[in-house]
Amino acid sequence: MNEIFGIPTSAFIGQLVIGLINGSFYALMSLGLAIIFGLLHVVNFAHGAQYMLGAFVAWGLLEYFGISYWYALVITPFVVGAFGLVIERLMLRRLYSVDHVYALLLTFGLAMLMEGAFRWKFGATGQPYPNPMSGGLDIGISFIPAYRIWVIAASLMLCLTTWFVIERTKLGSYLRAANENASLVRTFGINVPRMLMLTYGLGVGLAGFSGAMAAPIYQVNPLMGNSLIVIVFAVVVIGGMGSIIGSIITGFSLGVVEGLTKLIYPDAAGVVIFIVMIITLAIRPNGLFGQEAR
Amino acid sequence: MKHFSPATVRILLAISIALLIAAPFVLYPQFLIEILCFALLAAALNLLVSYCGLLSFGHAMFFGAAGYATAHSMKIWGFDPALGILLGVGLAAVIGALTGSLAIRRQGIYFSMITLAFAQLVYFMALRMPFTGGEDGLQDVPRRAMFGFINMGNNYVMYFVVLSLTAFGFFAIYRIVNSPFGQVLKAIRDNEPRAISLGYRANRYKLVVFILSASLAGLAGSIKAVAFQVVTLTDLTWVTSGEALLICILGGMQTLLGPVAGAILIVSMSHYLASYAEWVLMIQGLVFVLVVLLFRKGLVGEFYAWLERRELRRAGKEPT
Repeated sequence: MNEIFGIPTSAFIGQLVIGLINGSFYALMSLGLAIIFGLLHVVNFAHGAQYMLGAFVAWGLLEYFGISYWYALVITPFVVGAFGLVIERLMLRRLYSVDHVYALLLTFGLAMLMEGAFRWKFGATGQPYPNPMSGGLDIGISFIPAYRIWVIAASLMLCLTTWFVIERTKLGSYLRAANENASLVRTFGINVPRMLMLTYGLGVGLAGFSGAMAAPIYQVNPLMGNSLIVIVFAVVVIGGMGSIIGSIITGFSLGVVEGLTKLIYPDAAGVVIFIVMIITLAIRPNGLFGQEAR
Repeated sequence: MKHFSPATVRILLAISIALLIAAPFVLYPQFLIEILCFALLAAALNLLVSYCGLLSFGHAMFFGAAGYATAHSMKIWGFDPALGILLGVGLAAVIGALTGSLAIRRQGIYFSMITLAFAQLVYFMALRMPFTGGEDGLQDVPRRAMFGFINMGNNYVMYFVVLSLTAFGFFAIYRIVNSPFGQVLKAIRDNEPRAISLGYRANRYKLVVFILSASLAGLAGSIKAVAFQVVTLTDLTWVTSGEALLICILGGMQTLLGPVAGAILIVSMSHYLASYAEWVLMIQGLVFVLVVLLFRKGLVGEFYAWLERRELRRAGKEPT
């Protein structure tokens, strides 16, 4: 078996792995967006910038403090998540009572501010981050670097854990209940404003984690967030933000679709997700897993 | 304008016209042209955001695509500027019809994300297509005489051509908003199910206004291509879409003059900080955050609110 659909198997597997890696990031990012949107009804435009922040925090920990990748992977989500908590507490919270558009514009402004600040400090060129895992898996026809396997496994695990927490635990049931009817949940003595704050922190922390994981694969670059966020928005439009498992499946499968397009018709690889979005809008306007938006 | 008597409005209008005519002899005409272009772009976006509740994050695609069409037709095909601008506006309308018919299928924040994605698609296409000049863009677009006799090479002549086109754009928006059609749009914005139950085909109205807004944004882009003789990929990026939104919200949504006030401030800032691109991005982001948190009505909106409070005080009532 040297060929699949007339494509060399090694190239096929290589692109499949790259697709799954990109898909891991699409899934993690759209998951974070879905969690924030589900409870706060805010589209977090700064999600890409927070992902970029995560990558820079991981890079900075290594560069300035000599803290290695594995510790950085644990520290970064907390740093970025704490940043999210501050944003929610000081700014977003003031906007829940007005039109949701203003929260979107606020996070858009924050994204511009962060990107500008990092470009001013670090320039537009990337900072390299050393690969923390040597070696890899030789499956006979192709070689898969160990770090890539780790990224796919870790993001899959994290996605499923998040799904489990939200759909199967008591904390998750509070979150879902507050999503349905916040004032009723409040009368039960649950501190809903704090829950909103922690939810935003959790979503932002996920973006930070994605950023730290992305650092060794892509270059750590101030522009890395804004090129990702637009694709993630398209992924969200395709999958719909109604279901968590839906975001995960859509994220991974679109990553694979994009990877395989690179083999079949390389010129279209950059736009294939947008084309899938157009087809989805034409056939199923509410998205694959979506319910009608409010 | 309901805060002033008709006589005051006439005087204010006369003063503004005098100022607009005198402006190029005091300030650099190219700078004024840039303000007019961005004011028109923001006004086109404002038509969609404020009067229809459709927050588009992708107006750069109409602005940029029209600019490319105008520049290409004038440079390569030797079109007359008027014909080039017409072609640009036409292309923007076609892109508006295509993307609009899909985007209006979703509402609220999904609409914003879809328009952003479409803008990115147009950006990718422009990056790849041979006639856009890739990273370099199209440069040295000739300033041919309009209709064969209007000398566009002269910056003052250029300014007045741009001024009349922009005035036409603003007048069109004013007419759209204050027409029965505009009333239906506001009804749909405020309560779509009710408007539908009254027999209005909401999606058809939304699509028409989307195309109108796209065409006007295209007009702004075409003017910019003619006046500055250059189009680049920057015109198509989300930074341009964001700038248009920022101008709208800083000046004040739901006001006709807000985009003008916003454009004067934002364009001046970009102008004076031209050599520090990162600073421009940071300050724009900061202005966004401050406006959203502190004065959501925008400059012109707050001014109207101040007038209203003053009138109430004069009438002997406490402001509510």
